[in-house]
Amino acid sequence: MTATLEKSTKGSSPPKHDGMVPQTYQVRQVHRETHDTFTLDLEPEDGNVPAFAPGQFNMLYLFGVGEVPISISGDPTTPRVLMHTTREVGSVTRVMHNLKRGDTLGVRGPFGTAWPVDQAEGSDIVIVCGGIGLAPLRPALYKILAQRDKFGKVVLLYGTRSPNDILFKRELQRWRAHFDLDIYVTVDRAIANWRGNVGVVTTLIPKAPFDPLSTIAMVCGPEVMMRFTVSELRKRGVKSDRIYVSMERNMKCGIGCCGHCQFGPDLVCRDGPVFRFDRLEPLFGTWEV
Amino acid sequence: MRRSFARSEDRAVLQTEGVQALIECLARHGYRVLGPAIHDGAIVYREVNSTSDLPVGWTDDQKRGAYRLNRRRDDSLFGYAVGPHSWKQFLHPSLLTIFRARRTDGAFRIVTDREDIPKYAFLGVRPCEASAIEIQDTVFLEGQFVNAAYNARRKGAFIVAVNCGNPAGNCFCSSMGTGPEAISGFDIALTEVLDGKKHFFLLETGTPAGAKIAAELPTTPATAEQIAAGKAVIKQAEARMGRTFKTEGLKEALQENYEHPGWETAVEKCLTCGNCTSVCPTCFCTTVEDFTDITGDTAERRQRWDSCFTQEFSYIFGGSVRPSPASRYRQWLLHKLANWQDQFGTSGCVGCGRCITWCPTGIDIREEAIAIVSGVPERKEQTGGNA
Amino acid sequence: METLKPILEQHPFLQGLRPEHLDLLTGCASNVVYKPGEYIIREGRDANQFYIIRSGHVSIETYAPGKGAIQIQTVSEGDILGWSWLIPPYKWSFDVRVIDLTRVIALDAACLRKKCEDDHDFGFEILSRFANVIVQRLRATHLQLVDLCEGLR
Repeated sequence: MTATLEKSTKGSSPPKHDGMVPQTYQVRQVHRETHDTFTLDLEPEDGNVPAFAPGQFNMLYLFGVGEVPISISGDPTTPRVLMHTTREVGSVTRVMHNLKRGDTLGVRGPFGTAWPVDQAEGSDIVIVCGGIGLAPLRPALYKILAQRDKFGKVVLLYGTRSPNDILFKRELQRWRAHFDLDIYVTVDRAIANWRGNVGVVTTLIPKAPFDPLSTIAMVCGPEVMMRFTVSELRKRGVKSDRIYVSMERNMKCGIGCCGHCQFGPDLVCRDGPVFRFDRLEPLFGTWEV
Repeated sequence: MRRSFARSEDRAVLQTEGVQALIECLARHGYRVLGPAIHDGAIVYREVNSTSDLPVGWTDDQKRGAYRLNRRRDDSLFGYAVGPHSWKQFLHPSLLTIFRARRTDGAFRIVTDREDIPKYAFLGVRPCEASAIEIQDTVFLEGQFVNAAYNARRKGAFIVAVNCGNPAGNCFCSSMGTGPEAISGFDIALTEVLDGKKHFFLLETGTPAGAKIAAELPTTPATAEQIAAGKAVIKQAEARMGRTFKTEGLKEALQENYEHPGWETAVEKCLTCGNCTSVCPTCFCTTVEDFTDITGDTAERRQRWDSCFTQEFSYIFGGSVRPSPASRYRQWLLHKLANWQDQFGTSGCVGCGRCITWCPTGIDIREEAIAIVSGVPERKEQTGGNA
Repeated sequence: METLKPILEQHPFLQGLRPEHLDLLTGCASNVVYKPGEYIIREGRDANQFYIIRSGHVSIETYAPGKGAIQIQTVSEGDILGWSWLIPPYKWSFDVRVIDLTRVIALDAACLRKKCEDDHDFGFEILSRFANVIVQRLRATHLQLVDLCEGLR
């Protein structure tokens, strides 16, 4: 076996039962975030929400319909419910949106690797999200803010298609007001009365207040957005081994034995979804990997 | 890569009638004995009850894209190489139920019925196949999560390896370090010696379970001459290997050539039919399917074999990550010969040659790999094969 | 103006200019402040200046009847604004409206065009810097079209 590059932090311990069989959870609440995005709050039957690390995901099973991998989007420091934020993109998520309080869902996980919050101690942190990409990073933000003293400057750069697609608006405002956290939001397309930035999220990088030589960057969004973001970060002097991205591929098992989530020599469910960028660099721009 | 396995030096000798005794002994111990038998013009694996079920006196002639059975001039019990089946169909079934769920209003419960998993005894496991089983063990049992369905079938399985005396035209196990002699992964290993009037089996035990069964068989201690005869069979098999394959540096060279124009050439003959993934003894990819019964109150989740050659295999956000056949061929070859090693720490290929035999257009994985890394097409017919 | 020279010297856009070229520029520069809602640039008018934004936030827009002003992009502190002064017929193609209080250094384009023609070395320095600004802006605009943050559906 060749020497493999640094893996991101491994998540918490595996479920105690057969990895392919879900545990049943109850829906506590369904919040609509935007016209096509919603958050599910789930609670296990025994009330004990399992520990998870920011960046990890669960496989959520809908009775008779199917299963989808969804990033956990809640607070890992004091989890009272297991939160998952997703867009309606397919048959399963469209049905999920219509779940009611008390409905049952199957949950397998948490799986995957975590954002390197601990490794960022003593550094600046720059978080760059595109669209739904803020959801898998929100747990990292909670963790960072819970121990804010440990880090230098913390900057969040967030881009969406339009102001109507901005997630967690209230929370962003609260964080901006109460914490030493720089938040810059931009939209690709403005609507009337928008007083903020208009332009792609990569345009925020050259001017963002962080020290490129002493920063950890965490990037999440569509792969093309991550590619351009990494390029801008590197132009500013952030090295590839200080940039982390979250990858997405087709998943069927989530536990490393169905073969679907391969990205070259890595399995996204097991070696990701959070990867240190230098590990992926050789294949990242290659077509159809 | 083969795991360390403490081989004993002891060898016993079993006469051909002893193989019958072995089958009966295994059955007495509650095993369902599976072994080679002729069916539909091929040697496949199915339930066997006696040595008369075995392909006695038959051999296989394998070329790229071709498989034929021919009569031998002797009564060898295991005088062939490998057929389209591998043992994965028993340990990792092509279709199985993962769980059922029962619904009442908005709530449902998961029901996992404990099915009766039979204890299998595999008679006639080739060394390459024993390696393939070990490779799948790594995938299913040695990750962070254990695959319970595989484990349930694997832990009870009894493996009788039969060393290869008749490699076929597409075999290259010796290049992959997986044969023609089994050095691990078996409970009992047999070597068939058939030389004029002599016809016997050298027997080696690999585990305590193997020793227990062997103790009930009519064996005699092997003489030095008999042991030498066994070694000669292996040596001859090595010399008659259908193909060779230099793998040194291959993994790194392949991984550096994702964008090589040769992938377009490689795929010219490929129909993306997935035969290779079906017959390959290490290919393990699966997908899941959900069903409900007519009342809608019971749902079932099933797992079935899948192939990376399908369009949907890599589907995300309304499109496939690998829409082109070239990218799917590249995915399979790179996985088998390179990326597998990074993912699981072993090679993905055991050199059994099935993919070459059963490919309808006769693509040779070896040649395609060499063409990519050396830029020199090596698409010529190889000679070699059975006596 | 003498007082603007140190500010201009610091700006990344003007890095590496020879001292005599920097003087040429400073000679065409003035300090201007705009209040929110004011227009720095109006579509169709003569492009006689370009701007270096010192602080603030402005919106590049175009007006459509029935829709009102459509925002295309916003630019802010450190950005260069306006390149129509380089290309005949030297007319602005968009509106630029101020969102937050904005301070700019305005550079007299007519004056600069003459200086570029008289001193081709100076002209080359200015044009290559503008080429870079235009390319960056164009790339960013391309990415807006790709729907970068929502993925491909």
